[in-house]
Amino acid sequence: MSIDNSIVKKISKLSKLKIKSDSEDKMAEELNNILNWVESLQEVNTEKVEPLLSVLNEKMPLRDDKVVMDDNQVDILNNAPEKKSGFFVVPKVVE
Amino acid sequence: MNQFEKLTIKSTIQHLKCKDFSCKELTEYFIKKISDNRKLNCFITETPDHALEMALNSDKKIDNNEIRAMEGIPIAMKDLFCTKNVKTTAASKILENFIPFYESTVSKKLWDSGSVMLGKSNLDEFAMGSANTTSFFGNVINPIKGKNNSDLVPGGSSGGSAAAVAAGLCLGATGSDTGGSIRQPASFCGIVGMKPTYGRCSRFGMVAFASSLDQAGTLTKNVDDSAIMLQTICGYDEKDSTSSKMDVPKFSEYEKLSLKGKKIGIPKEYLVDGLNSEIKKSWENFSEEFKKIGVEIIDISLPHTKYSLPTYYIIAPAEASANLARYDGVRYGYRHQNVDNLDDLYEISRSKGFGDEVKRRIMIGTYVLSAGYYDAYYIKALKVRRLILDDFIKAFKKCDLILTPTTPNVSFLIGEKQDDPLEMYLNDVLTVPASLAGLPAISVPAGKNKDGLPFGLQIISSHFNEALVFKAAKFIEDTNK
Repeated sequence: MSIDNSIVKKISKLSKLKIKSDSEDKMAEELNNILNWVESLQEVNTEKVEPLLSVLNEKMPLRDDKVVMDDNQVDILNNAPEKKSGFFVVPKVVE
Repeated sequence: MNQFEKLTIKSTIQHLKCKDFSCKELTEYFIKKISDNRKLNCFITETPDHALEMALNSDKKIDNNEIRAMEGIPIAMKDLFCTKNVKTTAASKILENFIPFYESTVSKKLWDSGSVMLGKSNLDEFAMGSANTTSFFGNVINPIKGKNNSDLVPGGSSGGSAAAVAAGLCLGATGSDTGGSIRQPASFCGIVGMKPTYGRCSRFGMVAFASSLDQAGTLTKNVDDSAIMLQTICGYDEKDSTSSKMDVPKFSEYEKLSLKGKKIGIPKEYLVDGLNSEIKKSWENFSEEFKKIGVEIIDISLPHTKYSLPTYYIIAPAEASANLARYDGVRYGYRHQNVDNLDDLYEISRSKGFGDEVKRRIMIGTYVLSAGYYDAYYIKALKVRRLILDDFIKAFKKCDLILTPTTPNVSFLIGEKQDDPLEMYLNDVLTVPASLAGLPAISVPAGKNKDGLPFGLQIISSHFNEALVFKAAKFIEDTNK
């Protein structure tokens, strides 16, 4: 097993997901199954191969460097679960 | 039979022009049909009021002789495309109450060309799935029944769109395809599903899953409708830097092309273990049919095909884990109440807001991008992705099109293949390679098995060669009649 419960804990922390302790075994098993399955890639010789990040063969366009003002603060905040005086609200982070 | 039942997009445009009926009458028919078929669960949100308003506007346009390309055509919008002031959920609890204040480019183009929105169609949560079983809003049911009238999956992720078109609840629907999410449900529901070249359609306002793979496309009753609808959604968009500046040809003029003397490649690697014998037979039959019209059928090899799925299941989750980091319970979406620190807010909101498959993919994606594993998994997969693309580039030096089955098998029972995620992933074994290479690919109905369940064949071309794909698909459609 390459992924054990301690790695599940670490990855869930990085992913900002809470995995219940009684589900860790199942998650570890599922992740291992998937990783064992993708292991076959290791047999491919990729020595002189460049990673392919995008299939789009076109130059990324540069946009004009000019200010565009969007006055949509109210619209944006409409979807906020909690808001106050034009701000998003989060739990207290500084004592 | 109702006069509207057999309509296609192409025929409806003619009828509306001749004023055989009004958009309002047509739209009212579909609104009723949708509400009569709620058991199929095709829609997450029905928008009858919007639809009628748009239909009345189309009637006015027709009266004034200002007819646009999709004037008065009632369609379903996959609930992955943000629609202004209409709830957009991506079939996730985390976006259950999300109401965008902007319009996705694809949906905007459809409304600007006169289409009428009947509603937002169901899908797998964040488009992650192949059976529409991961939707927070419940499974879509395939209108085509299995043995003893059993309920079958419509495929996924664009399952609601495919089922809605197949059941005649709309004339066309949008889909998005990351690894087969348009083509596989089209095959399972017996309709046409087209994924254009990566970059043809803007991704602006399409809820992101895997940005280097996600591509919008269409689900329609036939090939002509596919060409008409695809035309309206393609084109460069400054809001998506990965949208292409290539000219968009007039797809409906594909008829002028000739298949005579063209070469179609049959890749031996697509003869996968477990390929349904009736699908295999159909694949062979259509190769013979193509020969009869002067197409040369040649054997080709795409040697890295077997690495496509493993490559996909590293790259897609990696990109998803980054894209889905935005759901934090702060700015929009589900937020768990009564937590007293920020980490708990993030973690509990996300854990309760995402379903199991989405969490699994975020975990895999985070793992393959984490320190110590990045090179071994993620970079390795990107290198193999290049080899997969190179296979296709080499193949297209020898042939003009590639013909394959769309799926290894026909649709299956709801509830099947749920225990092992890997078994579900194998559904996409024949569609994922074209996605990794960004190639246009269509699934076109090619027949039915002995139980009456449909399946499709897939036609793939080189980049930006959609018109030729349509031409070959039309041949299969006509031959299959």
